[in-house]
Amino acid sequence: MSTIAEKIFARASGNGEAEAGDIVMADIDIAVMHDLTGPLAVESFNKIGTGKVWDSSKIVIPFDHQVPADSLDSANNHILMRKFVKEQNIENFYDVKEGVCHQVLPEKGHVIPGTVIVGADSHTCTYGALGAFATGIGSTDMAMVLSTGQLWFKVPETIRFNVEGKLKENTSAKDVILNIIGQVGADGATYKSCEFAGETISNMNISDRMVLSNMAIEMGGKTGLIEPDGKTYDYLKDRVSGENKNRLKAFIEKSNLRSDLDSPSLEIMDIDVSELEPQIACPHNVDNVKPASELDVEIDQVFIGSCTNGRIEDLRDAARILKGNKIANELRMLVIPASKETYLKALDEGLIKIFVEAGALVSAPCCGPCLGGHTGLIGPDEVSLSTSNRNFKGRQGSPEGKVYLSSAKVAAQSAIEGRIAVPKEE
Amino acid sequence: MKGKVWKFGNDIDTDIILPGRYLIYTDEERLSEHCMEGLVSDFKSKVSDGDFILGGTNFGCGSSREHAPIAIKGCGISAVIAESFARIFYRNATNVGVPLLEAPGVSALIGDGEEIEVDMENGLIISESGKEIEFKKLPPFMLEILESGGLINYLKNQKNE
Repeated sequence: MSTIAEKIFARASGNGEAEAGDIVMADIDIAVMHDLTGPLAVESFNKIGTGKVWDSSKIVIPFDHQVPADSLDSANNHILMRKFVKEQNIENFYDVKEGVCHQVLPEKGHVIPGTVIVGADSHTCTYGALGAFATGIGSTDMAMVLSTGQLWFKVPETIRFNVEGKLKENTSAKDVILNIIGQVGADGATYKSCEFAGETISNMNISDRMVLSNMAIEMGGKTGLIEPDGKTYDYLKDRVSGENKNRLKAFIEKSNLRSDLDSPSLEIMDIDVSELEPQIACPHNVDNVKPASELDVEIDQVFIGSCTNGRIEDLRDAARILKGNKIANELRMLVIPASKETYLKALDEGLIKIFVEAGALVSAPCCGPCLGGHTGLIGPDEVSLSTSNRNFKGRQGSPEGKVYLSSAKVAAQSAIEGRIAVPKEE
Repeated sequence: MKGKVWKFGNDIDTDIILPGRYLIYTDEERLSEHCMEGLVSDFKSKVSDGDFILGGTNFGCGSSREHAPIAIKGCGISAVIAESFARIFYRNATNVGVPLLEAPGVSALIGDGEEIEVDMENGLIISESGKEIEFKKLPPFMLEILESGGLINYLKNQKNE
């Protein structure tokens, strides 16, 4: 009678059992930090004065936020982190060339079902799509993890979204998660482990599942878990190496990472998506969700990318719509593949050519305008339509600008029309 | 603790508290210069040492950036009071030594600019007109972390004892 979260903490705490509400000290399997939150964590780690990190093979450091460095301050942060990597012999360091952390970790096989992963980034919850209990932490907590390999947690209660129904052709996982967030609100799952289950989720590929898990934090969730299955195994089997190969195999053989539906800490919410239309999160909150068809909004910039929707499946969705078309006059469009692997696939499949011919700018893998710190910022009174995860006031630049969130399909159709638009059902 | 209230609404996110473009800095001084700048320009120079921030529900939602509570601390804010807090922000603020006081119903009872008093020991907020509003008292270890100025100093103090 336990949830996935309880089962994972039962193991990671060494207690053999765990139930919602317990405060446990858990062993951390993987700790991740990037170029923007890493420097503060390293500063705190140095203040603690442990000297050596707990396990240099379990720390993953990708650079993705300010890449390549766009200022002297960023360049200095990169130097500080590269020095830390050398001093501590960090084995898994991905410099500016690899891509967005939440895409790189799954791709490089660092995410194993049933493990505990903490990251100095709130979208660390993305890895729940592969069955890991993954959650965002701050820099001081990260310094503790770097020093000791452990962190205290309150074992969360679970809210399980049971999603049923076949999605319409012009919708995708992004519409499902925006719809859920719109229903429960920006704090509807605070402190809770979110679970996505049901027929619709079983039928989704890993990319779509990552969209759901990625945005669990936007309703306050501590993580966004999906029961691992054959698709999880197929995604990971050629990506993991060393000890992780055995762990993955052991997990598949045991295969008990399921929530028992009679668990006392489990709440179930049924969602039917068969009639779902394309959804938009309107300024300035992610839970301000409306059907795209109800909006009459002109846009200045479209961004397709980020850890939410910058994967090859998103680029294919966008390219299908943009092929042979031009983006609207006076509109800017940025397409940023989430990783080198995604970028190479997009090149091979001819997608990049379609984007460039349509009038889009294609950049090297990075977080891009998502957090308004690096490239493609919007100015006062400008409107951005973005496939990323947050539309907070000032998120992509000026606090007088506006950010709307959508799927890659809606973003592509809207780029052609110069206003928020609904793609045709194929 | 006594001070003036700076009142904000629901869902005050970490991009409002400290916009993403300033995450390249790590020092309290520089970060605090940009605190809340999307809503109040030059917030830091307007705030007096010991003032309070009052928020609605879900204060601190969004990113895990610890830069946000560091910026608040650098402005001299003595505590953030709200109806409820987002999870990561709650841990981060405590870890850097900013007290967060959860007081359901508080935003209807206290107005912007009011001079209030906070009694940490008894878990009470006293409004300008003398109304008493309860907040969830912090456990002793958390008070010790806050009194030490954050988790790192707390650990160091413990080591030295």
